[in-house]
Amino acid sequence: MKSAHDIRAALPIVLAIAGGVLLFDLMAFGFGQAPASALRMAFDGTWGTAYGIGQVLFKATPLLFTGLAFEVALRAGLFNIGAEGQLALASLVGAVVASKLPPSLPAVVALPIVLCVAAATGAAVAFVPAILRVRRGVHEIITAIMVNRIVDAILPWALATVLGSTSLRTADIAPGAALPRLERVFPALTGSAASFAFPLAVVSVFVVIELLRRSRVGREIRWVGLRAEACRAEGIAVEQRLLLAMLLSGAVAALAVSSTALGYKGYYELGLGAGAGWSGIAVAMLGRGSAMGIVLAAVFLGTLEQAGLAVNARVPKEAMDVLEAALIVLVAVATRAAAKEEAANKRDDEPFEEKPARAAATEEVAR
Amino acid sequence: MSSIVSLTMLAESVRIAVPYTCAAIAGVWAERSGVIQIGLEGILLAGAFSSVAVAHATGSASLGLVAAIAAGIAVSLGHGLLTEKARIHAVISGIAINLLALASTRMGLRALYDSSSNSPSIDGFRLGPTGATGLSMLLRVLVDPVFVCAVIAVVATPFVMQNTRFGLRVRAAGENPVAASSVGIGITQIRLAALSVSGAICALGGAHLAYDQHRFESGMSAGRGFIALAAVVVGGWRASFAAAACLVFGALEALQIALQDQARRSMVGDLIQALPYVATLFVLAFAKRRSGAPEGLGKHATE
Repeated sequence: MKSAHDIRAALPIVLAIAGGVLLFDLMAFGFGQAPASALRMAFDGTWGTAYGIGQVLFKATPLLFTGLAFEVALRAGLFNIGAEGQLALASLVGAVVASKLPPSLPAVVALPIVLCVAAATGAAVAFVPAILRVRRGVHEIITAIMVNRIVDAILPWALATVLGSTSLRTADIAPGAALPRLERVFPALTGSAASFAFPLAVVSVFVVIELLRRSRVGREIRWVGLRAEACRAEGIAVEQRLLLAMLLSGAVAALAVSSTALGYKGYYELGLGAGAGWSGIAVAMLGRGSAMGIVLAAVFLGTLEQAGLAVNARVPKEAMDVLEAALIVLVAVATRAAAKEEAANKRDDEPFEEKPARAAATEEVAR
Repeated sequence: MSSIVSLTMLAESVRIAVPYTCAAIAGVWAERSGVIQIGLEGILLAGAFSSVAVAHATGSASLGLVAAIAAGIAVSLGHGLLTEKARIHAVISGIAINLLALASTRMGLRALYDSSSNSPSIDGFRLGPTGATGLSMLLRVLVDPVFVCAVIAVVATPFVMQNTRFGLRVRAAGENPVAASSVGIGITQIRLAALSVSGAICALGGAHLAYDQHRFESGMSAGRGFIALAAVVVGGWRASFAAAACLVFGALEALQIALQDQARRSMVGDLIQALPYVATLFVLAFAKRRSGAPEGLGKHATE
């Protein structure tokens, strides 16, 4: 039963990958390339070499954080499309703090400081759409975009006017705040930018998803997302849970700084990590709520990004972004169709399909 | 101060407000029919790109406008099919449309013009007096065919919504799809029709944006679709109020541009660019809560 359910859960992502390969072939064909050789080129540049694998992991790392961030908010029924701004401002603040730390500070002290500062900044940026949603009933999508645009204005101002940098970058971060490259442990990955931010990201995904599943607050966030009115009737502080989910989401998105400024560049420059917030939405959609799903989806989209660079001379790398957006639609449609079919099967022997979930929820709350 | 209260400023405000207004009217059409539409951003881009691609290939700005409208309708109908037929969440569909439009127009730039940032320049409509006085600038803005179309859309929308059978059905589908369906209104058809109107009007805004810059630039919609949604909310889902909100926003942006040089010389610097967005946040925060939102927004007639 369990394994059958797992296969069912994996089906949409398998279909999505197959659909993605097919679409890529079509686009390669459209650009006058032999699909097979373009596909071969994409493979060689990604999973074909150890360096390619390292680059895939490097590209997947920020997506793990931003995908997890979107998922956390989605559990509460919120759409955090502000990860772009949350990550950008957190990267700037994190990198500035990291550059001010004394060079002799050991990593065990420096890293947590920088990550906490970044997470707090991300949460602070997410607080604006969160509080407007909770207190004023304004939809978080509109406000999150406004905040993104405001952050877009703050960044060059802070870099140029406040920090006085002509090249729009921060000073180098202290050595203690830098995350070492993975090549130190796996020499085969030499040259790739994959850092220890990748294992950190994978652990974060599993820890946060488990926390959401097992902790009381985590379960309440989920119920609020499913049935806010029922939760209110049961005495759950709905607004608090919504606020918490959004702040957590912003903090998680901000941690992606570990793979960019801390694990790769060693400083923050304007535009570093841009786009990860949007791709995170695709990761969350493909991952469909499970930790393993999010990890696989992030690695898959990381593969797409790296493959885009590998084939760029022959097929524009923008084709991969088209694929990514198309995949969101494909997976959403496949998931919806599967759910509909399941509901139809269930209806045969059980008239009220939604009843068990609701009953279980209220039972838990009553306890 | 005289540079701020002037015909030039008025011309600038109106010119800047056009894409916002088109997108906002499009938002009113979609949402009054009950479909959440956050994909306006993508439709603006699709419209802008199609208009430039066709205008550049044929040399005709009018054909470009037609192409933009066709693209807008196609994308908007795609959103309708995904939300009403396939029944995926409208927000997810909207996000996907925005990302898809951004990526495909970038891919189109590479494919057609071998550029990653912008298209070659095009003429657009060049009507009205030349010259740099405030009056001639204002006249140029006012005789622009896209502007005229936008004005027609603003004026016609409330009339059609209130006084025609079609408008009544659109509102019924948006307020209470179950009840409307029970009296024999085909909710899906009505919503798809409303979305076609919405897509066409939104694409007008995209074409205006591109013709105004005389080229297409990657990501040139720059959040306008979302600001238009804010205007829809602030305007209580009424076309005229939403258009007025867009005009205010256009004035704010014109003010921001006028103050930019002064700001550059002070500590304010680039921060001035945040002015219109901060103002929007404040208005959203202090506007009356959810006044005028269609009751059936995002709901379906059947499970």
